[in-house]
Amino acid sequence: MLRDAGLVALKDLRIEWTSRILTAQVLPFGLLVLILFGFGISPERIVQGRDRRTVLEDVSPALFWLAVLFSSLLALGRAFAIEAEDGNLDALQLAGLDPAGVFLGKMLAISAELVVLELVIGGGALLLYGATIEHPLLLVAVLVATTFALSAAGTLYAALGAGIRVRDTLVPLLVLPVLAPVLLGATRATESALYGSASDGWPWAGFLGAFALLYLGAGILFFGSLLEES
Amino acid sequence: MLDGVVSLIGRFPALAGINLRIEASEVILLRGPNGAGKSTLLRLCAGLAPLSGGSGRVLGHDLGLRSSRRLLRRQVGLLGHKTSLYDELSVEQNIRFWAKANQADPGMVDVVMDRFGLAGRLRSVKVSGLSAGQRRRTAMAIVVCRRPSLWLLDEPHSGLDQEGRGLVDNLVLDAAAAGATVLVASHEVDRVVDLGARTVTIAGGRAIAESPDVA
Repeated sequence: MLRDAGLVALKDLRIEWTSRILTAQVLPFGLLVLILFGFGISPERIVQGRDRRTVLEDVSPALFWLAVLFSSLLALGRAFAIEAEDGNLDALQLAGLDPAGVFLGKMLAISAELVVLELVIGGGALLLYGATIEHPLLLVAVLVATTFALSAAGTLYAALGAGIRVRDTLVPLLVLPVLAPVLLGATRATESALYGSASDGWPWAGFLGAFALLYLGAGILFFGSLLEES
Repeated sequence: MLDGVVSLIGRFPALAGINLRIEASEVILLRGPNGAGKSTLLRLCAGLAPLSGGSGRVLGHDLGLRSSRRLLRRQVGLLGHKTSLYDELSVEQNIRFWAKANQADPGMVDVVMDRFGLAGRLRSVKVSGLSAGQRRRTAMAIVVCRRPSLWLLDEPHSGLDQEGRGLVDNLVLDAAAAGATVLVASHEVDRVVDLGARTVTIAGGRAIAESPDVA
């Protein structure tokens, strides 16, 4: 399984490196979303009853994760479009690759892309929204757990739509409701990491880790059946 | 061996009770009009299309069992209408990836690239920059790397120049000589029959005629 996972992950990352779609399209899209959110909220408005924090700074965790979530939809769609366009899903099955390995490989490649997205969009959010980090260790844990939660659930649901002609519009419809709890958990935990109490954030980080493990297990168990049906 | 096999694509019976018996190391030409079920038959024999009714065994594997179909897939080489190549990777990167995925002998990569005229300047060209015929050659090279026991070729001559068509013919002859079974779905009847193929005519998802002599 691990051999197949490595093979698929390296292949996907090589394709992304060669096509430059992540850097030329997905990243600019994420930054654009971030900037547009910023236009919608006045940077001068102060949150009532709190210590000189602007509304923009207050909602920056939610805006950051929304930008990451929307950008991740592009990465997820792309991860399976490259397999569906020229019959490669059939070829992966004929090769006898372990379906769990294919799932894990796809998930790892998407995770690597998400890490790049989060670092760039996160940097943009700190710069544009003026947020500061109070608890860096919590923030790192949240980033890691959310990355795997997004990639595990996203990979599973993107595979559902892989063999369907209308996958570009269907996959977001399938994925967004499933990822709503991740958005909630990541936002709450990030709020704690930026300007709250760390003890409030860790349970959310734990929830995100459990979510990631749940979908990792589901993917390893059921991805083979999804490939058969695609 | 297929006995009354039905295969549904959605609700449509692409194969509607087909009976067929093929011996090891035979070369079979599947002929018939468009939509007759030739491609579905090849996908069924590859363990990719569903068995919705009847029974079938290919290379000793029961098509009705998922676990059995998975084992079958490792032993077949399917050259379909799609080439299963990654546009953003080069010819060599594609062949090396699929050779690794298929657990083929890494030494075969250079051999097949030579054989299919891919070893020169085409080696490092992205697949998105290839012509249809060059894509077909690359896909064939990948199938050869697999050394399958059952070759399933769907219109293998289409899009190829004269030299490429000769390569396909040699491929079929070499595979049969090595003891593999070859099923070729093709409209190029004379060309495939010249390779010593038995002809099975398919229409409406059924085998309606079998003959060593083409009418």
